[in-house]
Amino acid sequence: MTYLSAAPPLIVRDARIAYGERLVAEGLSLEFPAGRTTCLLGRSGVGKTSLLRWLAGLQAGSVRSQPIAYMAQADLLLPWLSVLDNVLLGYRLRGDRSALLAAEGRARALLGDVGLGDRAGESPARLSGGMRQRAALARTLCEDRPVVLMDEPFAHLDAVTRLELQELSARLLAGRTAVLVTHDPLEALRMGHQVRVLAGLPFVIGPPLEPPGDVPRGLADPAVLELHQHLVRQLRDPPPP
Amino acid sequence: MRPLITAVGLLLAWEILVRSTGAPSYILPAPSLVLVVLIERLDLLAGEAAWTAAEMAIGLLLGLALGGALAIIFAASAGWRRWALPLVIVSQAIPVIALAPLLVLWLGYGLASKVAMAALIIFFPVVSTLYDGLRRTEPGWLDLARTMDASPLAILLQVRLPAALPAFASGARIAAAIAPIGAVIGEWVGASAGLGYLMTLSLARGQTPLAFAALVLLCLLGLALYYATDWLGRTLIPWQPQGD
Repeated sequence: MTYLSAAPPLIVRDARIAYGERLVAEGLSLEFPAGRTTCLLGRSGVGKTSLLRWLAGLQAGSVRSQPIAYMAQADLLLPWLSVLDNVLLGYRLRGDRSALLAAEGRARALLGDVGLGDRAGESPARLSGGMRQRAALARTLCEDRPVVLMDEPFAHLDAVTRLELQELSARLLAGRTAVLVTHDPLEALRMGHQVRVLAGLPFVIGPPLEPPGDVPRGLADPAVLELHQHLVRQLRDPPPP
Repeated sequence: MRPLITAVGLLLAWEILVRSTGAPSYILPAPSLVLVVLIERLDLLAGEAAWTAAEMAIGLLLGLALGGALAIIFAASAGWRRWALPLVIVSQAIPVIALAPLLVLWLGYGLASKVAMAALIIFFPVVSTLYDGLRRTEPGWLDLARTMDASPLAILLQVRLPAALPAFASGARIAAAIAPIGAVIGEWVGASAGLGYLMTLSLARGQTPLAFAALVLLCLLGLALYYATDWLGRTLIPWQPQGD
């Protein structure tokens, strides 16, 4: 299932982002290309999540310019709703009955896409960590927003589940403007049409890096492995601004 | 099993104490005598127990409803919270027991004053547990709901309230444990029926074993109310963390 209408680019102009009292970015301007996945790569504490929350309109002082779908590190499934109702959460919260009814078919189809077609009626408590995150992915995509923001969505999963979910997400995110925050260079290279490194305090965003090939990229690709070395070096010793 | 053995042991010790000291039954009746009276006067006792049970249950429901509603109002509106929350806290400084004679004066000797007493005594724990629960929603859920363009009311009713129900259930358990106190105090101060009324009456007439039998039934009623509330909470709110 792909998003058919044109996704817009996501543009940041002269943003000032703070994490509590701490200033993490000032005079920040950048553009996330339309219909592509951009991975923001940086070490812990650099301010990746603050930037993503700023884009989502969740930071104090930030205003979201367009509808977005947001996926966090935790699956955030509501334990009192069934898996299907969790996927439809946005429609339930907005209280539009006809939209809710119309979206149910899509929600079921998405659950099928993420391999949970037969678990729609169950409680999230009965799912494994990987399944819960897949349900969260279905919920994110069910929102059918042209812009998707993801905050280390696979960080808590085991290696194999993570690879599977990266592949699934790359397939299902096709055509949307997606921003994925991660601290894992391999994940960024696997998922991102474009990779940008965040470093420093306040952070500076490195130039866009566009690895060859389509996503999800295989990890055995020598070009990917070479870029991996390059990214690790950049993360370790960021170039002076 | 172990609590049962402890209880039987204590009852035995009590029985032996009464028999060995020859304490008169109007001072301290033996458990065996209390049991006999309980069985012989079951008709009378059951009638009074039904009355007291009704007071407890209606008081509990009323207190839960009013306390729950107020907690939701506090969570929904900062204005209400600023005006009324300090008042609710200060009201706890008034010993509710001291209000019992007034309630009887205003509401009469019947059911209403006892229901009001029980509701009043549980009001604060209900408001404070539910309000606390409503304030401590997982921040990630709130963020998610905001990115979905949910209205504050939808967030309150569909996210914060269900998330706070386990806290409400523990408030309800506390309430179920103390609601009987309210009902019985109301009966002591002024009533025409109920186990508390029967206790004061029989103690005044030197029928101490009957008072003890009423006390046993009160204890059983309190336990039944507590376990019923606990069971209901766990059945209706299956997502709360399950303890022992």
